[in-house]
Amino acid sequence: MNALAPLSGLANGACDAAPVIQERGQREVFCGLTGIVWLHRKIQDAFFLVVGSRTCAHLIQSAAGVMIFAEPRFATAILEDRDLAGVADIDDELDAVVDRLLARRPEIKLLFLVGSCPSEVIKIDLSRAAARQSRQHAPRVRILSYSGSGIETTFTQGEDACLAALVPTLPPEAEGAPHSLLVVGALADIVEDQFARLFDVLGVAPVRFLPMRRAADLPPVGPSTSFLLAQPFLADTAHALQERGARWIEAPFPLGAEGVTLWLRAAAKAFGVSEARFDAVTSPARARAEQALAHYRDALAGKRVFLFPDSQLEPALARFLAREMAMRIVEIGTPYLHRRHMAAELYLLPKDAPIVEGQHVEKQLDRCRAARPDLVVCGLGLANPLEAEGFATKWSIELLFSPIQGYDQAGDLAELFARPLNRRARLEV
Amino acid sequence: MQLTLWTYEGPPHVGAMRVAAAMRGLHYVLHAPQGDTYADLLFTMIERRDMRPPVTYTTFQARDLGADTAELFKSAAREAYERFSPQAMIVGASCTAELLQDDPGGLAKALDLPCPVIPLELPAYQKKENWGASETFYRLVRGLAGARRDRPSRARKSCNILGPTALGFRCRDDVREIEKLLATLGVDVNVVAPLGASPKDLTRLGDADFNVLLYPEIGLAAAQWLERAHGQPFTRSIPIGVGATRDFVVEVARMAEIDPATALETNDSRLPWYSRSVDSTYLTGKRVFIFGDATHAIAAARIAQDELGFEVVGLGTYAREFARDVREAAARYGVEALVTDDYLDVEAKVAELQPELVLGTQMERHIAKRLGLPCAVISAPVHVQDFPARYSPHMGFEGANVIFDSWVHPLMMGLEEHLLTMFRDDAEFHDGAAPSHLGEEQEPRRPSSAAVVSDIVLAWADDAEKELKKIPFFVRGKARRNTEKFAAERGLATITVETLYDAKAHFAR
Repeated sequence: MNALAPLSGLANGACDAAPVIQERGQREVFCGLTGIVWLHRKIQDAFFLVVGSRTCAHLIQSAAGVMIFAEPRFATAILEDRDLAGVADIDDELDAVVDRLLARRPEIKLLFLVGSCPSEVIKIDLSRAAARQSRQHAPRVRILSYSGSGIETTFTQGEDACLAALVPTLPPEAEGAPHSLLVVGALADIVEDQFARLFDVLGVAPVRFLPMRRAADLPPVGPSTSFLLAQPFLADTAHALQERGARWIEAPFPLGAEGVTLWLRAAAKAFGVSEARFDAVTSPARARAEQALAHYRDALAGKRVFLFPDSQLEPALARFLAREMAMRIVEIGTPYLHRRHMAAELYLLPKDAPIVEGQHVEKQLDRCRAARPDLVVCGLGLANPLEAEGFATKWSIELLFSPIQGYDQAGDLAELFARPLNRRARLEV
Repeated sequence: MQLTLWTYEGPPHVGAMRVAAAMRGLHYVLHAPQGDTYADLLFTMIERRDMRPPVTYTTFQARDLGADTAELFKSAAREAYERFSPQAMIVGASCTAELLQDDPGGLAKALDLPCPVIPLELPAYQKKENWGASETFYRLVRGLAGARRDRPSRARKSCNILGPTALGFRCRDDVREIEKLLATLGVDVNVVAPLGASPKDLTRLGDADFNVLLYPEIGLAAAQWLERAHGQPFTRSIPIGVGATRDFVVEVARMAEIDPATALETNDSRLPWYSRSVDSTYLTGKRVFIFGDATHAIAAARIAQDELGFEVVGLGTYAREFARDVREAAARYGVEALVTDDYLDVEAKVAELQPELVLGTQMERHIAKRLGLPCAVISAPVHVQDFPARYSPHMGFEGANVIFDSWVHPLMMGLEEHLLTMFRDDAEFHDGAAPSHLGEEQEPRRPSSAAVVSDIVLAWADDAEKELKKIPFFVRGKARRNTEKFAAERGLATITVETLYDAKAHFAR
């Protein structure tokens, strides 16, 4: 197993990773509306109302993959010809839709008006609408807005936009509040609970999470807040938190035993936890993670993996696969590379792993076919066609929908990549 | 502005994709923002297609809006031609690009590509998926079929099969079944389109003597144009169910000027006998609710009533373009058609009618699951389950066999129902035990004993409640509802044993 790389010097953004190649062309990615699929489950009394077209409604329904039996906590206010032609007053129409929705769903405490490509293009001012409706429905419901449009956001950037919209509404920390930790980025509840327990034993307190599970449980933020990013795609949210005086704790992302250790250690250090205590607290969980990872190392070691751009998790995943599973990285695609937030990951990545930011899907497929990787990590639109060409694929969307962060999920994360190879080895047809 | 939770149909450009993905040698260049590529996964995942749909998206972003999105479209179209060398291209805009007014048709024309380029105008804020598929197919046929010509004189008549697309309900197997039937009749198939056709094939459409229109939602506009421009009549009967398939055979035979007798005699459908066999007695008068696209819903109603002996208690469609046809059909069954694309309306209607079987789309399957009702899927929108590995048509005589099985299996079998009545006091048969084939979570919903019907609070007398418990649990819910409805209509505040049996007599069938 790799020794932990020292992280000193990262604060300067120093890294000597392979150069980043920029590519432009057709992007085979989701738009930011897709984040609603996991965000609505995370914030259990929030509703997401997309102001958009039938395409938006169809996208969310299709991305969710299955229709949910219950009435979902998301919907689309579909723009029609009369809205565009100015026959109907968009403000009035939208207010009527919101009134109807809130009358129907009295349990909703937080409503997001979510902007889409068409609402951006025709310049519907959703922040003004949200403010107007908030006044009307206060105090029962708060109404916020953000954009999940494809022209502004790629896939996971929708979560960034949503959380960034929440930040200005967070209460200020009380005068003289103690140093607190805020963990930012949607995690599965089970993962959140595991981290909360670890921080508790480490003596890091208070620890809060954003997004919160209930609309009313807004974490306070201020100059005595330090925050850790649990997800790599939160550029605007981090910026908004820094505007509120909070300090960012630089760390790689909590994927794999090494990633989790470095992530936790960065927080422990910021909160003055001694090395000895840190090791004593984390070593049992870390040993458990190592044990789980060992099950899959034979299957993955030496195998060549190609990652198509999808969620911005790609550099962190590649770091995990290369360093902990001994895989060889053919290409790391990412829709966007936040060099500052990714610095710790780039530092740890093998220097010969090319990073491609942006996408020209046809050229990327050409490179993939030419490289003949053992495993391709890609979106659902590409997976079956690549399987039919003889490639083993891993659906990247599962990396967003499954709990993969934390020590006790490290094995599950490795298994997600080992499964397609395992399956191919089993099949005799 | 329309509040929508789930949609039956996607936007019209997804309809165009269903046509493009069904064909070979055609490429679609779609002016669309990033994110609209989600539509690829409908085809690769739901239909398990082994190749990407032949679609190039411009995937413009905010930074492109300030620059030149028209130039982006032109380079995407040029690159798509160079990479895929299609026989023909279709070009158009998705909902957002429509607002940019870049005119993909005009831009593509200016490129002067060495293949036919057919522009599509699909108004995304007015129209939906099926209309988009229909319009696309019509534009392709109109653009490629050419002028009327003399048809070669042949010993056997020849027809085209129009309408099957990618992501259609059982299109793959329906086409095979109908080709088999036409072969039995002695009619040749000239072109099947859009499914499996190339743009070159569309140029041969005019060689056929007539057209077989299988899916009017998608093929009607093209069939009407071919009738006008090429003098090809087209079939009106949709061969779903035994009776309708026989009608179809007679209609084809008339157009082909041949004798239908052989084809009618050699029909191998087991449905008529299965339906007449004694085990099917229990199907008599089962109350069925039907919802889907117009073609499948209307066909299902006829089969339900005439071929299985069910009672049609509800009939509806999300296809507003064909609402008139569905209303006419509904009138024949003495029900009012439900025309809506709001699944909450459909759910409310199903809950109100409490049918014994729901025939619908994947949306109704979920509704039925929630309400604990048996259900079979008869129409798009589709799900991965609607692309079974086995041969499973809904059309033709084999299709009737498939329909018999898939509608009847969710119901309690006749003998099973009889045995349950016999053994209803045994420990295995208690209220909580739903029919095993419906799964464990399907516990029947039991309302509380004080029910609110039409604002009157009804109370069950103790002895009436006890009597109700003696009724087999699988019909108890209906008995309770009927009794409560009966009591409410008569303004009775308390339900007694007498009321229970009065209601039973009233609702006896």
